[in-house]
Amino acid sequence: MKVNFLESFNDIRDKNMLTLKEAKENGQKVVGFYCTYGPQELAIAAGAIPVGLCGTREEPIAAAEADLPRNLCPLIKSSYGFGKTDKCPYFHFSDIVIGETTCDGKKKMFELMRKFKKVHVMNLPQHQHQPASLEMMYEEMVRLKKVLEAELDTEITDEAIGAAINVVNRERKALKALFDLNQNKPALFSGSDLLKVSFQISFHSDREERISLLNTLINETKEKAKEGYCVGDSSTPRILLTGTPVGLGCEKVINLVEESGGLVVTMENCGSYKTLDLSVAEDSSQDKLMLLAQRYLKIPCSVMTPNTDRLTLLEKMIDDFKIDGVIDLTWQACHTYNIESYFVADLVKSKANLPFLHLETDYSNSDLETLRLRINAFLEMM
Amino acid sequence: MSLVAGIDVGSTSTKAVLLNGSENHHLIRPTGWSPRDAGTAILEDLLKISGFPKDQLKKIVATGYGRVSLTFSDKAVTEITCHARGAAYLVPELDTIIDIGGQDSKVIKVNSFGQVLDFFMNDKCAAGTGRFLQIMANALGFDVSDLGNLPPEEPVTISNMCTVFAESEVIGLLAQGVSKNAMVAGLHQAIARRISSMVRKLGNYDRIVFTGGVALNRGVHQCLENELSKNVYVPEKCQLAGALGAALIAQDLLRKD
Repeated sequence: MKVNFLESFNDIRDKNMLTLKEAKENGQKVVGFYCTYGPQELAIAAGAIPVGLCGTREEPIAAAEADLPRNLCPLIKSSYGFGKTDKCPYFHFSDIVIGETTCDGKKKMFELMRKFKKVHVMNLPQHQHQPASLEMMYEEMVRLKKVLEAELDTEITDEAIGAAINVVNRERKALKALFDLNQNKPALFSGSDLLKVSFQISFHSDREERISLLNTLINETKEKAKEGYCVGDSSTPRILLTGTPVGLGCEKVINLVEESGGLVVTMENCGSYKTLDLSVAEDSSQDKLMLLAQRYLKIPCSVMTPNTDRLTLLEKMIDDFKIDGVIDLTWQACHTYNIESYFVADLVKSKANLPFLHLETDYSNSDLETLRLRINAFLEMM
Repeated sequence: MSLVAGIDVGSTSTKAVLLNGSENHHLIRPTGWSPRDAGTAILEDLLKISGFPKDQLKKIVATGYGRVSLTFSDKAVTEITCHARGAAYLVPELDTIIDIGGQDSKVIKVNSFGQVLDFFMNDKCAAGTGRFLQIMANALGFDVSDLGNLPPEEPVTISNMCTVFAESEVIGLLAQGVSKNAMVAGLHQAIARRISSMVRKLGNYDRIVFTGGVALNRGVHQCLENELSKNVYVPEKCQLAGALGAALIAQDLLRKD
């Protein structure tokens, strides 16, 4: 049923810990990022290894609740808890972590995190299409570059930023091409496989190697597809998952859909399709930091107001991926995604005329059966 | 003979319906601690009572929270789909179903074929369910089945919907000397307000059907009609909608064979 080649993605995260440890011992710096708004290109250009720190597991939440309110989104509590308990090697190895003022919970959490880690918080504009926002985003890129240069004791050249932009662009393109294979009906990947690939690959410290692994997987899958390989059949309900981010450890909704006979053929959330079509312009005559600012400001996240670009993207994805139903996942206490669900529901139900299911949950398994009931009933509608 | 069965193993009661063409038989009893035993026993007893030998049973569809534990069934279908099908059979041309059971409450939008268009379920707690009413009835010294038959009184406002907090609120109000009947009226109104906001969330509504065990409570029924400014139909067999829907789906399965 599964492509064997996917196995090479199973343990990238674990293997890369050793690579990271060796790199640190050889004097290389590590920069931790919490969110897709963090411009990893600048860390690469500084000669450092950027790593993703977003917490996707339940384990450290209890420890986080010693400092943070319980009624806070599990992603923030998990992220903070991993840092506080020092149980995440990626956090441990980070010389500095970069946060953003995405939502209220995160920006205040970073204040607490400063007690045990060097933290730099980027001040994000909240209104993508105001001219002043781009100026602000640019100033934040300038500020981040200076902080990284000082902290990592290096100089970030324009040439190095250009090269980093190029490699990250190519990686996004490769990942998008992989996701796009699932426009095929029947699908070529299950949602849990897509998640495994996109989550694991983000831990590989060699960017060129990332691209080559993705391209190999794309080619192998295409070959297999020619021989009739597919996942599910043409009557399997094709689900689009949108909303708050999902990583390994909090993928229960994907699992429930696929245990119940549906397939999550694509995901719009960050880490998945949300940012894959946004390349940084590769224009040698322009200020590189401005090119970065332009790109990062375009991310259609619910922290922006209004966030109409997300709806445009969803509408296109519903069409391109031949979607039968949309699930909008909100982590408990994520107000921005929770409220925005109103517009997503309207788009899916009234405009696309498809079944829609909004789920609000956390990282625990306490509501597994009530979620299963809703997801089963949702799939029975198709 | 085209004998089929629908079994709805709910958190509080288990319901079974046998259909033989248009002839039907049914049984309702408490679920107890084992959904599997409850589902097995009710089917055997219903077959016995209605005089059908077991080997003539062609299809069985299970629903309710215990649906997956009935491994002898031909298919498990969610109570959302089954309630829609059953309610649409009992009350043709409905567009909205309110179902309040022992452990959850749901609002379902359906088309004229009884197919689910959209649904909304309550949170993962007992707020506003049969269990909620049962605990409040205990606190007030009533039997839950009597709550709907008390003389109507001006309702007192109950602001907590969490079962635990509402119980302390009720005890606090009792201490203040609020009458028990006013309290019960307040509880019914609180449930109706909560359910009505779920109904409104799903858009327009016109013909509403109220099913599940709590539909037997005339107080909640009346409050729902007031809140929604519509007639709310309670079918005579309001507790059987899920099992009936399951039996109708079993008939479909039989036809497909």
